Amino acid sequence: MGENFLLQVRDLHTQFVTQSGVVKAVDGVNFEVKPGETLGIVGESGSGKSMTALSIMKLVPSPPGEIVKGEILYNGDDLIKKTEKQMRHIRGNKISMIFQDPMTSLNPVFTVGEQLTETLRTHRNVSKRQALEHATELLNLVGIPDPKARLKNYPHEFSGGMRQRVMIAMALACDPELLIADEPTTALDVTVQAQILELLKKLQKELGMAIIMITHDLGVVAEICDRVMVMYAGKQVEFTDRFRLFDVPKHPYTWGLLNSIPKMEKEKKRLKAISGHPPDLRHLRKGCPFAERCPKAKASCRIQAPHLQEVEPGHLVSCLLYEEEKVTLE
Amino acid sequence: MTPLLEVKGLKKHFPITKGAVIPRKVGAVKAVDGVSFQLEQGKTLGLVGESGCGKSTTGRTILKLIEPTEGQILFKGQDITSLKGNKLRRLRKDMQLIFQDPFASLNPRMTVEQIIAEPMKVFGINKAARRKKIDQLLDVVGLSGYHKNRYPHEFSGGQRQRVGIARALALDPDLIICDEPVSALDVSIQAQVINLMEDLQKEFGLTYLFIAHDLGVVHHISDQIAVMYLGEIVEYGHYHELYEHPKHPYTQALLSAIPEANPHLQKERIVLKGDVPSPAHPPAGCKFHTRCPLAQERCRLEKPIMKTVSPTGQQAACHFVKEVGHGDRFVVPK
Ligand SMILES: Nc1ncnc2c1ncn2[C@@H]1O[C@H](COP(=O)(O)OP(=O)(O)OP(=O)(O)O)[C@@H](O)[C@H]1O
Ligand SMILES: Nc1ncnc2c1ncn2[C@@H]1O[C@H](COP(=O)(O)OP(=O)(O)OP(=O)(O)O)[C@@H](O)[C@H]1O
Ligand SMILES: [Mg+2]
Ligand SMILES: [Mg+2]
Repeated sequence: MGENFLLQVRDLHTQFVTQSGVVKAVDGVNFEVKPGETLGIVGESGSGKSMTALSIMKLVPSPPGEIVKGEILYNGDDLIKKTEKQMRHIRGNKISMIFQDPMTSLNPVFTVGEQLTETLRTHRNVSKRQALEHATELLNLVGIPDPKARLKNYPHEFSGGMRQRVMIAMALACDPELLIADEPTTALDVTVQAQILELLKKLQKELGMAIIMITHDLGVVAEICDRVMVMYAGKQVEFTDRFRLFDVPKHPYTWGLLNSIPKMEKEKKRLKAISGHPPDLRHLRKGCPFAERCPKAKASCRIQAPHLQEVEPGHLVSCLLYEEEKVTLE
Repeated sequence: MTPLLEVKGLKKHFPITKGAVIPRKVGAVKAVDGVSFQLEQGKTLGLVGESGCGKSTTGRTILKLIEPTEGQILFKGQDITSLKGNKLRRLRKDMQLIFQDPFASLNPRMTVEQIIAEPMKVFGINKAARRKKIDQLLDVVGLSGYHKNRYPHEFSGGQRQRVGIARALALDPDLIICDEPVSALDVSIQAQVINLMEDLQKEFGLTYLFIAHDLGVVHHISDQIAVMYLGEIVEYGHYHELYEHPKHPYTQALLSAIPEANPHLQKERIVLKGDVPSPAHPPAGCKFHTRCPLAQERCRLEKPIMKTVSPTGQQAACHFVKEVGHGDRFVVPK
């Protein structure tokens, strides 16, 4: 192995078995994260971004969800083979996550201070006092004024933006090597968002932490992600660095995403939306899942599934436009 | 022409009480603290500002979902501030709300048909008329007849938001208050929903009060934009003029923080220090002075009033509006 990877995800498949069929929420995803880098995940709502993250944490709700195939190598060790007890040591300590739904990670019946010190004491061999001191520091770090007094507050006593910052503090409590942030700034206004992005960048520099950033804000991607994975219907359709993604996007879905952003010009033009709706993951047809909505779709796209391949150095795409035609039509 | 909606000096103070048995008022959260604006028929006013500055409360007070503490709300020239009972009910027909979270705002146990029919039922519209209207509405928002019998969880976020819009349109309203209607959607679906809202506005002459955090979206959909800070409007103006030539230091900071979808751009950010003060104890003088890079002694003592700062009617509430420059962004003093 030439390169040193913190995390390698290999051919990950995560499914949900429901009464109306099997939902292939994550359907053969491959990527790696280097120490200290920020990997962005973008894509259609329901395309499997959160499930990819929860798979890494081994927190996929089961049943009905299950990781059915693949490897998740963390420093070379397969997390899929780990027991729940071993995972508990890794979660919040080596790998921590800011959840998309703020209330899943804050317990309404405990104060923020109790929750922060609890996390610290589970993973670090520290006294109650040391934990309290560290907790105060953490709240201060994420920009919450009067942190000492605030530790005594319950989650509902914070505004939405502050609660989000508390969650970030919680996720950072044990200096993780990898932080998975699932839409960490969606409910925040841009000034607070900018503060938090600055904070993450700073911590990354100081602690060398790697980040997986899930977001639908392409502005955030442009700002902090080194490399970006674009997902559609459980699959990765494009994977490259942020400059290539914005300068020379290759996949028609990525074109659609970039075109949909409002331009802030004086003369307003109608927004270029991608027509149609995301596919039903229970009844995926053969061929490319984006074919139905793709402006470039050929007849073969409805028959043959594309494969992720490197079409230019450091630029991976899964689209028949870049593959030789292997299917002849009747 | 009378504007469709006029709001004058609107205030909403939530009481802070102490004591479980005999609660007594010990203070107030000044969520909305003197908001005034006019909104003409067929136009869109964008409302932006820091989280917790009172945008949603402004919207809800106008709809009279919560009682205003002070001020006046004029709808089609009629003072509706103290309307109650049947008259208020009839008014509700003309004003609707679209929520942020399309999932939480739709009853999971109702089919799409039942969801859209509900407001019509409340207003005693008969079954045949309801049926016809539902088909029309589904068509208008780009859903098909076969969607009628499905439940919210069977839809994507964008489709659910369409259901919410269909429900809001069911009673042919004049004014729709849109509280973060596209925040939960990814950009491509967001574009679909915004295009739909614009089409509907043209077709039915709808008027929107549009609340959102995404300043690109607000720019796109609004005719005029109002910027709020701690319960007050601090700047107001034409969508593009306000973005190109923001006059209020808060607006300037806000706009400088927009993350741009261009990795080659290194934006100069105006980073505000500190946190938003609590609306229960807003600072004296200019409410923004605790975080303003330009603040002087005067700002701590004297409250600035809104003044017209451009020939097109842009307004800002800042003592230094002229000094801030004639359209130029100021440089943060070191
Ligand atoms: N409990 C469940 N049962 C069945 N299907 C599920 C369940 N949870 C998630 N799914 C499905 O798994 C797929 C992936 O979901 P996921 O939450 O990863 O999407 P996402 O990309 O994070 O979307 P968003 O941008 O909306 O957060 C979705 O199509 C979803 O419907
Ligand atoms: N029912 C209530 N009782 C007490 N305080 C309230 C109530 N509703 C809102 N507030 C307070 O009023 C202020 C304004 O809240 P509001 O929800 O209007 O903000 P907002 O601008 O919509 O914020 P966001 O962008 O986060 O949605 C906040 O400080 C909030 O905590
Ligand atoms: Mg998600
Ligand atoms: Mg709100």
